[in-house]
Amino acid sequence: MAIKGKAKMRGDVVQVKVLMKHIMETGLRVDATTGEKIPAYHITEATCFWNGKEVFRTNLGPAVSKNPYLSFKIKGPQVSDILNFTSVDNKGVTDSGDFVVK
Amino acid sequence: MCLRIFSAIFLYCLLSGVVWADPAADQTAFKNYFYKKFPEVPVGDFINGVYAIDQKRREQWLEIEEFPPYGIALDEGEILFNETVFLDGASYSDCFVDGKRSKKNYPYFDVKRNTVVTLELAINDCRVSHGEQPLKYKKGDIAKISAYLALHSRGEIIDVEVSGEAAINAYEQGKKYYYSKRGQLNFACVDCHVASSGMRIRAEILSPSLGHVSNFPVYRFKWGSIGTLHRRFSGCNSQVRAKPLPGQSEEYKNLEYFLSYMSNGLKFNGPSTRR
Repeated sequence: MAIKGKAKMRGDVVQVKVLMKHIMETGLRVDATTGEKIPAYHITEATCFWNGKEVFRTNLGPAVSKNPYLSFKIKGPQVSDILNFTSVDNKGVTDSGDFVVK
Repeated sequence: MCLRIFSAIFLYCLLSGVVWADPAADQTAFKNYFYKKFPEVPVGDFINGVYAIDQKRREQWLEIEEFPPYGIALDEGEILFNETVFLDGASYSDCFVDGKRSKKNYPYFDVKRNTVVTLELAINDCRVSHGEQPLKYKKGDIAKISAYLALHSRGEIIDVEVSGEAAINAYEQGKKYYYSKRGQLNFACVDCHVASSGMRIRAEILSPSLGHVSNFPVYRFKWGSIGTLHRRFSGCNSQVRAKPLPGQSEEYKNLEYFLSYMSNGLKFNGPSTRR
């Protein structure tokens, strides 16, 4: 699992882009050999932190993409600040990535 | 009298299977067709496929390239290439010494083995020669390693050599495959990617064949993952309801050889994103 991020300063707003690596199963697919439903496994929550403060949060459902790409804008961080992006999936597995605002 | 002699020689050649091959002339004709059909496209831009001929798709693609979906595969490919240790202690760098790891060295015709050698084939040759199992040829690790090597080959010029009887024969096999109709839908590669290039196929626009091989491996949205050129070939076969062939089969290698030669002079720009 991995999270890659990029943050760019545009005026007084930071444009953040993240790519989260995740298998993503909706829970609706059926295993061809066993006939059983493959259990749902996807990111449920993704949060961006700046100096320990939560500046962005999204709740995601089973329709989320495999390896989801997310782009959003936030105000507050400045160039050279470090942003942390953390994700949690429905099994409680967390993943995290840090990147610098440029 | 002259005509009789000429006909006799011609018939003899046909019957004996002598090939009147002129790859250089083929290449010139191929390129000129596309230069004439898409006069507004700068020659070097054909490596961008459909994005060279459609403005809207180009804009979407440029935005995607700011944070490309093949990024994850690249990171993994880098680790695979640099950190894999084979059973006998060797690594990929032992086979792919500095000059040899660039895509500009592939494909080439290996006279000794009497076959076309592609980058993916070379990757597995390396593995097998050091006691490892070969990787599958269409997706997964081989595509990730290929993506990493492709990234570092960006800007290199495609310069495939086709000389010598055996190599010319492989080239001609590839060319024959390209121009032959196949599948239940009875399409040849040329039908979509030359004759119908720039036209629509359902919701998509058909890309010109010129520059096709430069940007592989690609992250294709349809696949949701990165894949090799031979993966795309097998997809194309399936689409016309022809039987897809195994990756690195003689047909696909010869086809890659032919297509790469057609794109000589253009720059490598892999890995890339396609739909």
